[in-house]
Amino acid sequence: MIGSGLIRRGGPRFSGSATRMMPQARIAGPMPWVIAIMIALTVMAAAAGLALSNVASNARAEIAGGVTIQVVEGAPAERERQADRALTFLAGREDVTSFRRVPDEELAALLEPWLGEAATESEAVPTPALIDVRLSGPVTARRLQDLRAALVAEVPAARLDAQAGWLAPVFEAIRSLQYLAIGLVVLLAATSVAAVWLAARSALGSNRDTIEVIHHLGGSDGQIAQIFQRSIGIDAALGGAAGLALGVGAIFVLGRQFADLGSGLVAGGALGLYDWITIAAVPAAGVVLAVLTARLTVIGALRRML
Amino acid sequence: MSAGEDSIVQFDNVGLRYGTDKEVLSDISFTLYPGSFYFLTGASGAGKTSMLKLLYLAQRPSRGAIRMFGQDLITQPRGNLPDFRRRIGVVFQDFRLIPHLTAFDNVALPLRISGMSESEIAKPVADMLEWVGLEHRIDARPATLSGGEQQRVAIARAVIARPEILVADEPTGNVDPEMAVKLLRLFEALNRLGTTVVVATHDVHLLRKVPDSLIMRLDKGTLSDPTGALRYPPKREVIAG
Repeated sequence: MIGSGLIRRGGPRFSGSATRMMPQARIAGPMPWVIAIMIALTVMAAAAGLALSNVASNARAEIAGGVTIQVVEGAPAERERQADRALTFLAGREDVTSFRRVPDEELAALLEPWLGEAATESEAVPTPALIDVRLSGPVTARRLQDLRAALVAEVPAARLDAQAGWLAPVFEAIRSLQYLAIGLVVLLAATSVAAVWLAARSALGSNRDTIEVIHHLGGSDGQIAQIFQRSIGIDAALGGAAGLALGVGAIFVLGRQFADLGSGLVAGGALGLYDWITIAAVPAAGVVLAVLTARLTVIGALRRML
Repeated sequence: MSAGEDSIVQFDNVGLRYGTDKEVLSDISFTLYPGSFYFLTGASGAGKTSMLKLLYLAQRPSRGAIRMFGQDLITQPRGNLPDFRRRIGVVFQDFRLIPHLTAFDNVALPLRISGMSESEIAKPVADMLEWVGLEHRIDARPATLSGGEQQRVAIARAVIARPEILVADEPTGNVDPEMAVKLLRLFEALNRLGTTVVVATHDVHLLRKVPDSLIMRLDKGTLSDPTGALRYPPKREVIAG
């Protein structure tokens, strides 16, 4: 007759079906969509940050040890003679891994947009001889100074610059954009937390009677929080999946457009396996963050009850 | 041995006030022993519901001491209270059924809270609903049940886990006399198994239907106990459950 099941003490978890104790729509509604938008934006910001990181790394690797020698001499014959002496000087050095004189045609093509075809062909404007050099290891200021002193002793018209120095402002700009991407990810995470907090508070308010009954029947804070966690976890998982699809779609479209630019620098920003794994982890992190936020919000509110 | 050592509930000079208003309960002292059956009576506004709230731990007293199940409740940390509440069955005056759950799920709630599996829950819940005459309404939601049916579901929910204390606020207010007697018999059956029953009612006819019951009368927040029987009641034989 009377239920003979004896009550178990302690803080048990609800059995599975009891988690439907809150009407799902109360906490669902717009939440999956809000989370989807947040995750999509976070995925795009994270992808941008990772791509910029790749751009910077590839560019650094490419120009590490890079030095440019200019032979600045107005007389063409003397310029050629000193350029040849510079090449001979470089061939005799053990710390030089490779070097290449930039052909005059290539140089003319680089200058053509600014000086015009006629100017470069007729030597009306003398252009320096350029030598692209790769040193073993990074180019420090001390190394550059020693190399410059030794070179100028043999090639008085030579001027020497580290390639990394030219691109320093570009790296600074890339670093700023990376910070911006990190800032966006943090802001989006904070906004997601705020949205979940509001949703959980609203659900607590609209389910107050049910919560009180569960509370009076011996439901613990953890059990009640479990109901909300499950509800928000489902919302976050649905929203996260949709947001990931949206974000990845946008990355593919943008990636294709940037690839069409044909720029070596931009091509270095292609995402690798670990980048994709990081991006795929964004919705998972979103679910964990949402569930944790819901739990802390609900537990905090319940503590105000006896 | 002093009067409260083997008691299940002991109130000592308990007072309760809401906010800064004057006390709704003053100097309440009584002792409940396992297996006792109490009717709590009093005019409307006498403090019956407030007294029940103290008994089912929905309120802490403003002053005084309460011991329950041999432990001091006043000093219990909040995290321990669910364990106490699971040993108390409550029938609320307004039933407080969860509107989107079926009669079955409402009755199963205390068992699910206690962590029992679905396979363990199904039979006792079905038996309980059959006993209160609602086996044909097992999948009905509260909105589709009559007042009397809702009350029976609320009672079934309160007793399903065989609580050590049953607190009922006007449990027969919405049922016909025949069902009222049947529900009282259920309370008596629980009582015989050792459950301490406290029924708040203003129905004087009900009091005569449980011959061995004691009557606690509240008058303007004060408990009438002219003979001291409420504080030092005679011990009763309890049938082991």
